[in-house]
Amino acid sequence: MSKLRQTPSQTVGPFFAYALTPEQYGYDFKSIADGNLIEGDVPGQRIRIEGRVLDGKGDLVPDAMIEIWQADGEGRYAHPADPRGSNVAFKGFGRMGTGTDPESRFIFDTIKPGSVDGTQAPHINVTIFMRGLLLHAYTRIYFSDEAAANTRDPVLASVPAERRNTLIAVRNETPAGAVYRLDIRMQGADETVFFDV
Amino acid sequence: MTEIYTPRDWSSQPPYLHPDYKSTVLRAPTKKLIPIRQSLSEITGPVYGHDRLGALDTDLTRNAVKSGEPIGERIVVTGRVLDENGRPQPNMLIEIWQANAAGRYVHVVDQHPAPLDPNFLGGGRCVTDSEGRYKFTTIKPGAYPWGNHDNAWRPAHIHFSLFGPSLSTRLVTQMYFPGDPLLAFDPIYMGTPADCRELLISKFMLEHTEPSFALGYEFDFVLRGRRQTPTE
Repeated sequence: MSKLRQTPSQTVGPFFAYALTPEQYGYDFKSIADGNLIEGDVPGQRIRIEGRVLDGKGDLVPDAMIEIWQADGEGRYAHPADPRGSNVAFKGFGRMGTGTDPESRFIFDTIKPGSVDGTQAPHINVTIFMRGLLLHAYTRIYFSDEAAANTRDPVLASVPAERRNTLIAVRNETPAGAVYRLDIRMQGADETVFFDV
Repeated sequence: MTEIYTPRDWSSQPPYLHPDYKSTVLRAPTKKLIPIRQSLSEITGPVYGHDRLGALDTDLTRNAVKSGEPIGERIVVTGRVLDENGRPQPNMLIEIWQANAAGRYVHVVDQHPAPLDPNFLGGGRCVTDSEGRYKFTTIKPGAYPWGNHDNAWRPAHIHFSLFGPSLSTRLVTQMYFPGDPLLAFDPIYMGTPADCRELLISKFMLEHTEPSFALGYEFDFVLRGRRQTPTE
């Protein structure tokens, strides 16, 4: 059977906020997701993930949209393809624009994911959209305090050693809890590793 | 056997760097993408269903009414979400956003001096039915000027966002209207490979019109399909 052609991607453009991240930007429309992934008393280690998006000149990108998709604290995804399924009330999806923070940060309050399948280190899947990206970009966030697991991770192993640090968020202890920081650089010497998913 | 997703067909997709669309120059990744072997992380993805829908979310002519009806040409946009094997994709969330009939977005960053419509937001969402069908009622968006180059105008379009069944099938795109003379001058549309551009243009379909109420357009989506792979 001949296959249908995949619908081409087009840029998210600069004006997505009132439909995709409306509550964050103050529009009168309900959001399906935001920067807070924690619902109720979901078990797991509370963490914050924050970062910025920078363009090829090193300028902050204030009109990007970042989506994260992650497993729960035991490494289970709330999706039917995960045979174990999430056993907690944790959806695992967050979405935030970089247009409301004075420093153009994305900020996610979530729980630290567990190892997904015993071989992969804990990680968060990241999808990046913005004006000027005709096709979204995929990357991952790993954790600096998981050095041993990161060493064994097959995806990190497929990345040239000198570029791996573009995927590893650095843990900072703050009075409010653990904050992991990682900037996304679209271009340049420290260009973030993007994946062909 | 495990089900994974067919690869992205790069021959149907725009490149990251398309200098005619100036914003790509400093934002397009420059290094080669690193292939990832699909794991649970890529074959799962966010699941949203009817529980997240508001009662009027599929009808943009009604979901933001304050004092009367929005101005403009009412249209119905309907179609199906399929995978590349032609399999319908049921229960899939679709989010849309668009300019109003005058070509103005509600977004505060839009400074185009065309009127806002107090009765029109331009955002909506719906979930596909058991046959992968969706349907929105809205106002036909207007063209608008932008700063890409001298006298640049975006053709009328509606933005669509779909998750599909997994992280791998994520799609954000734009739907255009047939016969729009601005298409040939639009670097975003023209950034698409020539033999796939028509996939972004809706079809006028008399059968989808609602007599005495709204014109009808059809637009289908094709997401990456599934294939079996031996489990190790």
